[in-house]
Amino acid sequence: MSAAVNDPAAGLRSRRIGDAVFAGMSRWAGALILIVLAAVAIFLVAQALPALIQGTDEGESFLAYVLPLAFGTVWAAALALAMAIPVAVGIALFISHYAPRRLAAGLGYVIDLLAAVPSVVFGLWGIQVLAPATVPLADWLTANLGWIPLFAGPASGTGRTMLTVAIVLAVMILPIMTAMCREVFLQTPRLNEEAALALGATQWEMITMSVLPYGRPGIVSAAMLGLGRALGETMAVAMVLSPATVISFALVTTQNPATIASNIALNFPEAHGLGVNTLIATGLVLFVITLAVNALARWYVNRRTVSA
Amino acid sequence: MSKRIQVNDLNVFYSQFKAVEGVNMVIEPRSVTAFIGPSGCGKSTFLRTLNRMHEVIPGARVEGEVLVDGNDLYGPGVDPVLVRRQVGMVFQRPNPFPTMSIRDNVLAGVKLNNRRQSKSEQDDLVEKSLRGANLWNEVKDRLNLPGSGLSGGQQQRLCIARAIAVSPDVLLMDEPCSALDPISTLAIEDLIEELKTEYTIVIVTHNMQQASRVSEKTAFFNIAGTGQPGKLIEYADTAKIFSNPDVQATEDYVSGRFG
Repeated sequence: MSAAVNDPAAGLRSRRIGDAVFAGMSRWAGALILIVLAAVAIFLVAQALPALIQGTDEGESFLAYVLPLAFGTVWAAALALAMAIPVAVGIALFISHYAPRRLAAGLGYVIDLLAAVPSVVFGLWGIQVLAPATVPLADWLTANLGWIPLFAGPASGTGRTMLTVAIVLAVMILPIMTAMCREVFLQTPRLNEEAALALGATQWEMITMSVLPYGRPGIVSAAMLGLGRALGETMAVAMVLSPATVISFALVTTQNPATIASNIALNFPEAHGLGVNTLIATGLVLFVITLAVNALARWYVNRRTVSA
Repeated sequence: MSKRIQVNDLNVFYSQFKAVEGVNMVIEPRSVTAFIGPSGCGKSTFLRTLNRMHEVIPGARVEGEVLVDGNDLYGPGVDPVLVRRQVGMVFQRPNPFPTMSIRDNVLAGVKLNNRRQSKSEQDDLVEKSLRGANLWNEVKDRLNLPGSGLSGGQQQRLCIARAIAVSPDVLLMDEPCSALDPISTLAIEDLIEELKTEYTIVIVTHNMQQASRVSEKTAFFNIAGTGQPGKLIEYADTAKIFSNPDVQATEDYVSGRFG
């Protein structure tokens, strides 16, 4: 009767059952993500194939159709990123190293709150507030800096331009980037900071010597996360831009390239037949672009950590 | 280069909490002065007031004077950044800048001072500082590799090279050997022996043999209890502190009959 109680292996065995259950569950969770990814990829490729082979239903090749869209997607996201990175790093540094502790905590909450604003709200704000507000700026830019291709005229009278889209996207990706940068900056080893201060570094010199080098992989990860979000953003872009089929770097004209995601959102309801395949194929292109961006970021971050 | 430090009636506070009380002390140039005492007695805090590094902690402040060759470090208009350029510091754990090469680590402080130097001047300074820290022969072939690849003892000597590269007046060491093995400790102690011909050195240590080996004068700090401020109990020649101190508490501590 006491065999089961006294047998030490019994206790061990029951613990191993628990172990096996959790190991199995986590293994399944891990496998699930691969299955979902594979399912999405297969769906995209299968549905995209007709369009890839036959071209669009208007007879042009798929490449000619998708190129302006892909360009618009990358261009809008890159512009947004260029605006958001300095601001995000600046806010994060202010919170982590300059602000008094109580203000820093409050500001952190506000940033997190900004991340919770739905993108459709940002879209509305872009149309109603930001677009009209950029019109005088656009007029000034085309009048005074028009010789730079970026600011070539004629300026749009509505303000529904690439510039407005880029600003809206920058505001949208700012919170997540700021939050990530702040976390990384706060983790800078105190010893590294003190090493710089003890050499007679000012606060800013200390930041450039210890905080930013330590945080660089984190900044890159944050930027890629923001870029990924900007690439895939649909509603805000679809609401603000009135798209044209062009490849143009100009920021403030009426001729603006659409993005892949907004193009799908605007055209999918009326699409049929080969048109559906064409739109799905553009989705595949977006998928590939996003994947490439993430892979690039991974590679960069890993390279840094190995060498450091 | 080396300077005399005079401390008059120094109190150190962390917000409302008084961490160190009533320290009076004169530290002679070209000598090694050791601070000993139990953990939490304020000796590291006091050491940090000598280059205003305690100000890194919000709410930390001092009352009293610290005179380096007659100039008060806490006088009106004195910039802590400039104080730290004259009073170098080596920390408990080696902390080379991880993303910088060995060479850049040595030059980090000099570059901060905005001194424009030619490459050959920089090369000379790197060699001189690394030789001064007894590290040159070990790293001369890999100056462009990251400093984080060195052993702990080598990293600590790199930090010493970085501190002496800016030619400070005073060198503070906060338990510089506590993270090192005995061989590396010996290397650092030999180095301290050489450095004292040029610098005023103040070292905090928990190792009493180390204090008696390297220092001319020793200061014993103690606290009456938790929440009480740390005080300077006795300050005298090292030989006297370790053979016949004036205060009973000192004798108890150095002979291991503490507590």
